[in-house]
Amino acid sequence: MTDALENLRQHLSDELGATLRTARLDRGELTVELSREGFSAACLLLRDDASCAFDLLVDVCGVDYSAYGEGLREGPRFAVVYHLLSLKHRQRLRVRIFADDDLPIVPSVVQVWAAANWFEREAFDLYGILFDGHPDLRRILTDYGFVGHPFRKDFPLVGTVEMRYDADQGRVVYEPTRTEERVVVPRIIREAGEGRYDARNQ
Amino acid sequence: MPEINNFTMNFGPQHPSAHGVLRLVLELDGEVIERADPHIGLLHRATEKLAENKTYLQNLPYMDRLDYVSMLCNEHAYCLAVEKLLGVEVPVRAQYIRTLFDEITRILNHLLWLGAYALDVGAMSVFLYCFREREDLMDVYEAVSGARMHAAYYRPGGVYRDLPAQMPQYQPSPYRDARRLQELNANRQGSMLDFIEDFARRFPTYVDEYETLLTDNRIWKQRTVGIGVVGPERAIQLGFTGPMLRSSGVAWDLRRTQPYAAYADLDFDIPVGKTGDCYDRYLVRVAEMRQSNRIIVQCVDWLRKNPGPVITDDFKIAAPSREEMKTSMEALIHHFKLFSEGMAVPAGEVYAAVEAPKGEFGIYMISDGANKPYRMKIRAPGFPHLAAMDEMARGHMIADVVAILSTMDIVFGEIDR
Repeated sequence: MTDALENLRQHLSDELGATLRTARLDRGELTVELSREGFSAACLLLRDDASCAFDLLVDVCGVDYSAYGEGLREGPRFAVVYHLLSLKHRQRLRVRIFADDDLPIVPSVVQVWAAANWFEREAFDLYGILFDGHPDLRRILTDYGFVGHPFRKDFPLVGTVEMRYDADQGRVVYEPTRTEERVVVPRIIREAGEGRYDARNQ
Repeated sequence: MPEINNFTMNFGPQHPSAHGVLRLVLELDGEVIERADPHIGLLHRATEKLAENKTYLQNLPYMDRLDYVSMLCNEHAYCLAVEKLLGVEVPVRAQYIRTLFDEITRILNHLLWLGAYALDVGAMSVFLYCFREREDLMDVYEAVSGARMHAAYYRPGGVYRDLPAQMPQYQPSPYRDARRLQELNANRQGSMLDFIEDFARRFPTYVDEYETLLTDNRIWKQRTVGIGVVGPERAIQLGFTGPMLRSSGVAWDLRRTQPYAAYADLDFDIPVGKTGDCYDRYLVRVAEMRQSNRIIVQCVDWLRKNPGPVITDDFKIAAPSREEMKTSMEALIHHFKLFSEGMAVPAGEVYAAVEAPKGEFGIYMISDGANKPYRMKIRAPGFPHLAAMDEMARGHMIADVVAILSTMDIVFGEIDR
């Protein structure tokens, strides 16, 4: 399994050239990072090349890296991650592409894999990432008339508006939310071996 | 001559065969569908965002609430993802218990699907029979976890506890006499495995009954044969997985092609369809129920012979036993830390998928080393299926929309997340 992925990594670095930025093999999974230039051509290659044959697009999702590792991470904020599956070789591949911070826009892959349509709409809805060449980039999961992109790390967990039926006006009204955000279990990143209770394991 | 325009019709969100809260905007030319535009998200609860703000253990019960008719398969994918990040070994007995319950879940899911599908197409009685069998399996869920639906039984590192030695029985009540009580408890005298074995012995006959009602039924065939046809290449292109892909003639099943849990050691077949229409999807799912039953029998047999631990003994991941906690300070501290701060998961990213009853259910998890996931993406099988609604329904009648929708096995808990 890992040998096959190692071969695939070699093959991809030969074929993709400068489009391939990094290729990492971790926990039996291969992750490649592609640049935006030549991305569409690289996707076609991944689908059609006989030794890749990634014909099934499993998943597309947006990621917001702005709070990664207590916010100390350098680099672009938004990424789009594609999970590909080759039925022929029984292999999986993860493709990552980063977008600009101020106007996150990446090429759409709907022409390569039709399944990407709704997945890209979802990433646009939740993260505000734009997909160049998408035929119908509408919101998909959030409410009609929703403002903002809720899965961004700076969007509050409790949301911004609340909704109720106003009997006087005879319609549903939106108001700023009154719910206060509270954290029961704080987020903690521990250094290896820092203050842990390891007597049993020693 | 007056100009005839297409007109637009709303299907749902409050419609009994919309399977929850689907709003489908249909553009019609007479009774023929020109365009179908599903509006989803009415059940959106932002599970993925919630998961970023909760510890790994707190997130587990949310998995039940995604695809709420195949609860344990969702938990399985989640546990596989966390285990892959942690690099922890799961005891073999836990693997078999998970396999057993995945297959019980598959039968539960397919029974609900079959009943609801038949009801949507117009056959009332199948629904009642399917729910009769679901009741027994729900009791198994309850016996093992205490909950009939949202079990929260799988844990990272294994399963919460071993199978009960005694199947719970019906208690006397003023509403049933002694003879009825005895009848009800007849197959509940032994352990839970005895009860499951008894069910697995009876179940093929039940499947025969459903097939008698439907498979050669003329009305059933008129409503399903040749409806919503998807060819194999197109099914792959549209991202179909599970029975939807297999009924188009592609023999792809993660249990066989990328085995997890104990599937590599078990004997079962992968039913594959031919034409990829609604009727084939029905046949594939019914055949899958029979195969699941075969797997259950093998798992019961193995579990009887091989006692052992059901969860990892690493206290950093799984809580120590109650007895140990009462006597050992170390165990008490671990228990406290595990349920307050939670486990620390090494930084990295993984994707873990299982063959859920509806298709490939996957969890993509990014950890930055904290006690909560940094990002968790749920890959729901129903999402790309529903996305293909427009393509599958085009050119069919309004009544076929219901047949196509229901053949996809749509559950909004997982699609809207």
